[in-house]
Amino acid sequence: MNAAHAVEARGLAKHFGALKAVDGVTFDIAAGEIFGILGPNGSGKTTTIRMLCGLLTPTAGTATVAGSDVTTHPDRVKSAIGYMSQAFGLYGDLTAEENLRFYGGVYGLDRDLGARIAWAEDRMKLAELGGRLSAQLSGGQRQRLALGCSLLHRPQVLFLDEPTAGVDPAARRLFWTIIRGLADEGTTIIVTTHYMDEAERFDRLAFLSRGTLTAYGTPTEVKRTFGENMTLEDIFVQLQGSEA
Amino acid sequence: MNRGRLRAIVWKEFVQMRRDRATLGMMLGVPVMQLVLFGFAIRQEVRHLPTTVFDVSRTQESRLFVDRLIATGNFDLVAPSPDYAGAIRAIDTGRARAAIVIPEDYARRLKRNEPAHVQVLVDATDPTASQSAIGAAQLVGQATSVEILARRAGATVDPGATPLDVRVRPLYNPALKSVLFIVPGIIGMILSNILIVITAMAIVRERESGTLEQLIVTPLTRGEIMLGKIMPYVGVGLVQLTAVLVVGYFMFGVHVRGSVALIYLMALLFIIASLGLGLFISTLVTRQAAAIQVSFFFLLPNVLLSGFMFPREAMPKAAAWIGLLLPLTHFLQIMRGIVLKGVGIASLWPQMLALAGFSAAFITFAALRFHKSLE
Repeated sequence: MNAAHAVEARGLAKHFGALKAVDGVTFDIAAGEIFGILGPNGSGKTTTIRMLCGLLTPTAGTATVAGSDVTTHPDRVKSAIGYMSQAFGLYGDLTAEENLRFYGGVYGLDRDLGARIAWAEDRMKLAELGGRLSAQLSGGQRQRLALGCSLLHRPQVLFLDEPTAGVDPAARRLFWTIIRGLADEGTTIIVTTHYMDEAERFDRLAFLSRGTLTAYGTPTEVKRTFGENMTLEDIFVQLQGSEA
Repeated sequence: MNRGRLRAIVWKEFVQMRRDRATLGMMLGVPVMQLVLFGFAIRQEVRHLPTTVFDVSRTQESRLFVDRLIATGNFDLVAPSPDYAGAIRAIDTGRARAAIVIPEDYARRLKRNEPAHVQVLVDATDPTASQSAIGAAQLVGQATSVEILARRAGATVDPGATPLDVRVRPLYNPALKSVLFIVPGIIGMILSNILIVITAMAIVRERESGTLEQLIVTPLTRGEIMLGKIMPYVGVGLVQLTAVLVVGYFMFGVHVRGSVALIYLMALLFIIASLGLGLFISTLVTRQAAAIQVSFFFLLPNVLLSGFMFPREAMPKAAAWIGLLLPLTHFLQIMRGIVLKGVGIASLWPQMLALAGFSAAFITFAALRFHKSLE
C-alpha cells in the first residue's frame, strides 16, 4: 500500500438485503488532506464513513485507514481515528472537563491526560467553560467540545459526520479555522456535509449518489467534469434532481 | 478487558448517578420507603374483629362461652344486637365483622344433655382476614365440648390429661409475625424491580442521546461497555440490600439467623441476574418509555407469582411453573431460608444454582443481542 495515503478504499460495498447502500466505491485520501464526502440523504455517505470507522463490515471490497485494514483490524483502526457525529456524543449531565476526562480515559490516556485536556480546552477555545455542564453550552461550544474529545488521543484520521448542522455562522468559521490548522499539522480529515458553501473548503471531494461515486477530485476538477460554469451547488442540485 | 477504559466508564456512571438527584433518591429512598410501608401495612394475620353479640339465652353458660371467644383475642365486642336481623345488619354495614348468636335454649339444652347450638357469623369477604377468627371459633367450640363431655363423665377437666394432646410448635417464626416473612421478601422485590428498570433505562438513554454510537467508535469493546454500565449498579444493589437489612433490624426487629456473608453472596448472584435482564430489555427497545413498559411486564409476575405475597403452594400448577422462571422466586426462598431459618448453603444450593443459571443466561442473551443492536 501507499504509505502516503491515510485512507484507501477499493471497491467498497455494503448491501442491506436488496438495498445497495454503497455499491463499490474506490478512492484515496492523502495524509493531511481535508476530504469531503458530499451527497443527498440516502446516498451512502454515512454508510461509507461507518465502514471506514470499523462500525460496519463491508459486503465487498477493502479499505485501509491509517495503515490498518478495517475488516481484519477494526480495533487498530479505532485507536487511530477520531469520530465526531452529528449528535456530538456528549454527556449533557457531565461538565465539559468531565466529558474530556471520560473520553481521554476511554482512549487509554493516562499520564498525559491532564496535559491533553489543557491542550483541548485551549485549542478549542473552551477555557473558562471547563466547569459548565455540557448541556448548558451553546451549539458552537458543544461542537468544539465534541471535537476536542475526539482529538485527545492524537488520531491520524478524523471523521466529521455533518459537523456544522445547527451551528451559527461565527461558530462555523471558528470551527473551520481549527480544522484547517489540524490538517496543516498533518491530521487527515474526512467530512460529510450537504452544505455547499463548505465544499469549497475541501482539498478534494467525492460526490456520492445512490451508493456510487459520481464525481471525485479537487473542487476545480469536479466543476470541470460537470461543465465550466457550474458551481458546486448547481452540481449538487443536478445530482439530487436525477435522484428524484 | 482494559482496566483504564473500564475505570473511565465506571467513573462516568458514578458522576452521572450523583448528578441525577431524582434517580439517586429513587435508588436509595424507595427501598426504605417500601420497606416501611409494607412492613407496617401488610399484616396477613387479622385479629380483633369488631364483634356484635345477639344472646337470647342470657345465662351464665352463654356469657361464659362469649367470654371464651373474646379471650382468644380474635373478637372485640361492640354494641350488642337486639335481634338476629340487627346482627346481620351490623355486619352488612361494616359496624361489625363478626356476630355471635346464642339461641334461647342454649343453657337449657346443655343441662338436659342435648346438643346445644351456637352460631358465629364471620364476614369472609376477605378470606385471609377471616381465617383466624373462624379457626378460633371452632377451637373454642371443640375445647368447650370436651370440657362438657368430661364433666358429664364425672371427671375434672385437666387439659393435660386429654386422651389426644396435639401440640403445634410454629418453627422459625413462633410469634407468626408476617413482618418477619415480608422483610426478606421485600429485599428481593426491591432489588429486582429497581435494578431491572434502572439498567434498562441507563443503556437506552445513551442510545437516545447518541452517546452509545460515540462509544462504539472508541476502542471500548462491547464487553467493556456492558460491564462498565453494570458494575456501578451492582454497587447500588448492595447498598440497597444493606439499607433494607439495617432498617429491617432496627425498625422491625428482623434478625438474620443465618450468615450475613451468605446473604451478600446470594444477593450478588441475584443482582447480576436482574441487571442482565435489564440489559437484555435495553437491547429490545430504543426509547426510555418503552424500556419502562417492558420492565413492568416482568414486575407484575414478580409480585404475583414469586411467592412474595401469595403462597406458591396454593397456585395452580401452570402458575407455579411460570413462577419458577422468575429469579425472584428462587431468591425469596434463599432469603427466607437464611434470614428466618438460619440455614446454610447445604440446603440452598438448588436455588443458588438456579440463580447462577439465570445470571449466565441473561448476560449471554444480552451480550448477543447487544452486539447486534449496535450494528
